[in-house]
Amino acid sequence: MATQYSVSAQNLVKRYQQEEKGKPPVLALDNLSFAIEKGEIFGFLGPDGAGKTSLFRILTTLLLPDEGTAQVEGLDIVNDFAKIRESIGYMPGKFALYQDLTVGENLNLFASIFKTSVEKNYDLIKDIYEQIAPFKKRRAGKLSGGMKQKLGLSCALIHRPKLLVLDEPTTGVDAVSRKEFWEMLKKLRESGLTILVSTPYMDEAAQCDRVALMQEGKILSMDTPDGVVQQFSKPIWAIKTANMFEALKDLRSYPFTHSCFAFGESHHLVLKNEKTDAKAIHAYLLSKEHEGLSVERIKPGIEDTFMDLMLHES
Amino acid sequence: MEENTVIKVKNLTKQFGAFTAVDGISFEVKKGEIFGFLGANGAGKTTAMRMLTGLSYPTAGEATIAGFDIYRDTEKIKQEIGYMSQKFSLYEDLTVGENIRFYGGIYGLSDELLETRTEAILKNLELENERKTLVASLPLGWKQKLAFSVAVLHRPQIVFLDEPTGGVDPITRRKFWELIYQSAEEGITIFVTTHYMDEAEYCDRVSIMVDGRIDALDTPAQLKVQLDAVDMDEVFLKLARKATRADG
Repeated sequence: MATQYSVSAQNLVKRYQQEEKGKPPVLALDNLSFAIEKGEIFGFLGPDGAGKTSLFRILTTLLLPDEGTAQVEGLDIVNDFAKIRESIGYMPGKFALYQDLTVGENLNLFASIFKTSVEKNYDLIKDIYEQIAPFKKRRAGKLSGGMKQKLGLSCALIHRPKLLVLDEPTTGVDAVSRKEFWEMLKKLRESGLTILVSTPYMDEAAQCDRVALMQEGKILSMDTPDGVVQQFSKPIWAIKTANMFEALKDLRSYPFTHSCFAFGESHHLVLKNEKTDAKAIHAYLLSKEHEGLSVERIKPGIEDTFMDLMLHES
Repeated sequence: MEENTVIKVKNLTKQFGAFTAVDGISFEVKKGEIFGFLGANGAGKTTAMRMLTGLSYPTAGEATIAGFDIYRDTEKIKQEIGYMSQKFSLYEDLTVGENIRFYGGIYGLSDELLETRTEAILKNLELENERKTLVASLPLGWKQKLAFSVAVLHRPQIVFLDEPTGGVDPITRRKFWELIYQSAEEGITIFVTTHYMDEAEYCDRVSIMVDGRIDALDTPAQLKVQLDAVDMDEVFLKLARKATRADG
């Protein structure tokens, strides 16, 4: 048995029938295969509709695939679903605890469902739970967003799972809270836990050991964050001018441009080949009467790579 | 100069019992400006937005939106603003045409005007063949552009965008901002919230709320200088880390 894997999947397919008559079914998962090693933080990165939630629901035995198979901790997702449920912790994208039970009651409930106690596994959740312990008697429905998230994570961990599955835990969360959440995950990994996490935020790739970039049910790329970026082979430049919106339009009509998109304070200009240098880009922008020019060769990031892969797909 | 200021806010405050959600904020937004309204979860952004859009009365302070008072003229304000969010925008089980017609009806557009504007939207978004398609089956990028077009269907002076790009792929997100730029150039004022810090760079000016107050307000370039930060992400982290109250 190949037991170094926490999760492995072979040719998973999931289709959803559309309500409208005559419309073909939506292919939510398009022949996905992958393997996730034990103790990894593995990130599925992709926008809404990429298939992240369908995939997670299949791996957590809440949804059946139309085709393909998968194993979680060596167990089959169809035949051994009950055993899998004992060894995984799952936090869905929507808050799924009992709103009318208190913080303490929710935690006790989840511990007793799994025939264990809060005391027995407290060491695992201590750092997280201590932050919400002062509100132990508050109903879960009355907690703030950040506190709900911490309670959800505590409840998902209380039976000491081998695999933690987190569906978009940081969506709609501000930049500061997102950084804190990732710190918590890194601490949890030290206990040997495997963590599967999905996110629409490309900048969170750097926090994962390996990532899969997903779009429309397909995995566009799967590697370490550095490995993914190394697939990007075209020259890329950061451009600034005094009029950024005009510059975007002008750079797109430059004959040597492969693509150009806004990237924070500069535009990222991807050229077709190495033949065009900074001088040529300068001259072109000056001919379009741009001022305050800055043209700089840069290294691509994960978001550049994702966008390039998307353009290839379409 | 006076008529060029479309949002005027002075010491605006909202209290819920002993809790001060919005604590005396003051700012002005000019016509055609892209104004970024940032803050951590629970800093008071949503409460402030609800007051500015006439959905909730302030406890204290003053504000005018498109020249109308937020205490007395809330219904007039609603005619002059558009609103769009990622969470609530279009009806999935209505067609493209029905969604436009529905919003047009709410804003009291005449049949004739509605038809001209529907044609214009469909042409601009290249959706001419999708008029009878259910919104549910449109790709996310199209849905989003349609939602924005519907939000400005009644030609409002100001459009409020509440996290319009959450969960959207990186290309669609950027194309959406190009639509925002285009509208700002046409004179519509954009008031936008986002958790993507690269998008804060696309705003003309940005305000950052911390614990109910506006702690910083300037152009992205100036904010980076003031806080000695390399990008808006660092600006935001430096300010939001000072927050003392738990998020809401």
